[in-house]
Amino acid sequence: MNVENLRKKIPALGRMVYGRPLVYLDNAATSQKPEEVLDMQDSMSRFSNGNIHRAMHILSTESTSAYEKARERVRAFINAKSDREIIFTSGTTASINLVAESFSRAFVKEGDKIIISEAEHHSNIVPWQLACEKYGAELLVAEIGDDGRIKMEQMEKMLGEKDVRLVSICHISNVLGIVNPVKEIIAAAHGHGVPVMLDGAQGIVHGKVDVQDLDCDFYAFSGHKIYAPTGTGILYGKESFLEKMPPYMGGGDMVGTVTFKKTTYAELPMKFEAGTSNFIGQSCWTPALDFADSLYEDKELSEEIKRTEKSIIEFIFGELSGMEGVRVLGGTSASGDKIPLFSISADGVHPSDLAQIMDKMGVALRSGMMCSEPLLSKFGLTAVLRASFLPYNTFEEAEAFVRSFKKAVGMLR
Amino acid sequence: MTIKEVENGIVEDFSAFTDWMDKYEYLIELGKSLPIVSESGKTEQNLIKGCQSRVWLECEFRDGRLWFKADSDAIITKGIISLLISVFDGRTPAEIIDADVSFIDEIGLKENLSPTRANGLVSMLNQIKAYALAYEMKNK
Repeated sequence: MNVENLRKKIPALGRMVYGRPLVYLDNAATSQKPEEVLDMQDSMSRFSNGNIHRAMHILSTESTSAYEKARERVRAFINAKSDREIIFTSGTTASINLVAESFSRAFVKEGDKIIISEAEHHSNIVPWQLACEKYGAELLVAEIGDDGRIKMEQMEKMLGEKDVRLVSICHISNVLGIVNPVKEIIAAAHGHGVPVMLDGAQGIVHGKVDVQDLDCDFYAFSGHKIYAPTGTGILYGKESFLEKMPPYMGGGDMVGTVTFKKTTYAELPMKFEAGTSNFIGQSCWTPALDFADSLYEDKELSEEIKRTEKSIIEFIFGELSGMEGVRVLGGTSASGDKIPLFSISADGVHPSDLAQIMDKMGVALRSGMMCSEPLLSKFGLTAVLRASFLPYNTFEEAEAFVRSFKKAVGMLR
Repeated sequence: MTIKEVENGIVEDFSAFTDWMDKYEYLIELGKSLPIVSESGKTEQNLIKGCQSRVWLECEFRDGRLWFKADSDAIITKGIISLLISVFDGRTPAEIIDADVSFIDEIGLKENLSPTRANGLVSMLNQIKAYALAYEMKNK
């Protein structure tokens, strides 16, 4: 297997736009889907659409079995101890909100503290602000340096403060493309008896995640960024915490017995899955993660991907650092903790203009605040242009990106 | 010329472009020639904030007509603003209230006026209409 053949499995990547081949570089926003995922979504919708866990009929049996098989597939993918630790949600945002509310209700009281970092997506800021407001806690923000790295000394000092209840930080920043030293942070936090939640929206996509090895207490991620359909997500949580947390939403499928006096709740993981889940979408985790795993299992393919990623990072850094007034957030030196994700600003040119013109050249990018207003403000910016790559992207696409970037900057300056 | 005639003129100008790039080159030129808002005019009050880009709009009422100055930190947005201003500048409130801007659609720039684009253009258009409505009410 090679990348060229891999791309043939993903219909969207073969598209022509404005008479040119599509160069899709908005992967940090969402990934394109392989045939296996699309096929399963289609065939379940057509033939196995029975609501899960409830009915005796064959459609329900089939969908329930696909749904629970997907849970096991996710468990194996992140090496969780048990299926009971895998909660299906609608996405990373829902997973973080679940913890922000249920964990806080169980463990956070007035005067307690929760730590996040400056490099968080709004999804890992606002839920904590809401929880802090509701439970009278204080939100502490760990700083990052100009190089985009978390200031570890300051973080450790914060962890030493009294009544810190939780740390919630991103595994990989959606703006900087930098992998946080999460193992180090988790070990430091645990040293103070503080549990850690990781926002894995980007982290799950780039390299293997082993929650037992990381020893994180919660890990949140979305399906749509890792080849699964939209509206699918996972909350991994250690059973010891999930057991003690009250349900987030009430409804069907999450109860034991219901009377008007007292309701008992279902066992994990159902306790946190009220209402009809997106069972068709969630079932598609199985082919999506098979696809994700196949990228690493095939030795030839994984070597090619590794090689390409490295040369893309070196090439883009090399080309952009040579351009006047162009800046890549988090620095332009390729160290081992960088994924092929680049947030770029160019003096005198607005990122939305670049994105709009480059779109017409066939290159799909993101521009704006990246849902990370505090981080951009820190760098004195109101918007950036972001190019983000996945293993299915090629070196030629990186070249096309740089070519069109240079042309667009030339037009706009 | 009526507003409709000015709009038809713009549509005719744009019909000459067969290539997207030429169209954008032209918009960029328009953007660069826009009468910009001075730094002192870039007040919080005149700011229309979008997620993508920011727009400033100044409005003056003189001789029964409305005169606009606008600016944006994004040049393509400025180009489109320049088109809108060439349509609305120096018009009476009643003309502005009645005008539609379907010409933006006809020249293939509809996506820029989608409310979800958050580039400030839709809010700017609403603001222009709101000024017109306010002066129309005041004059009655």
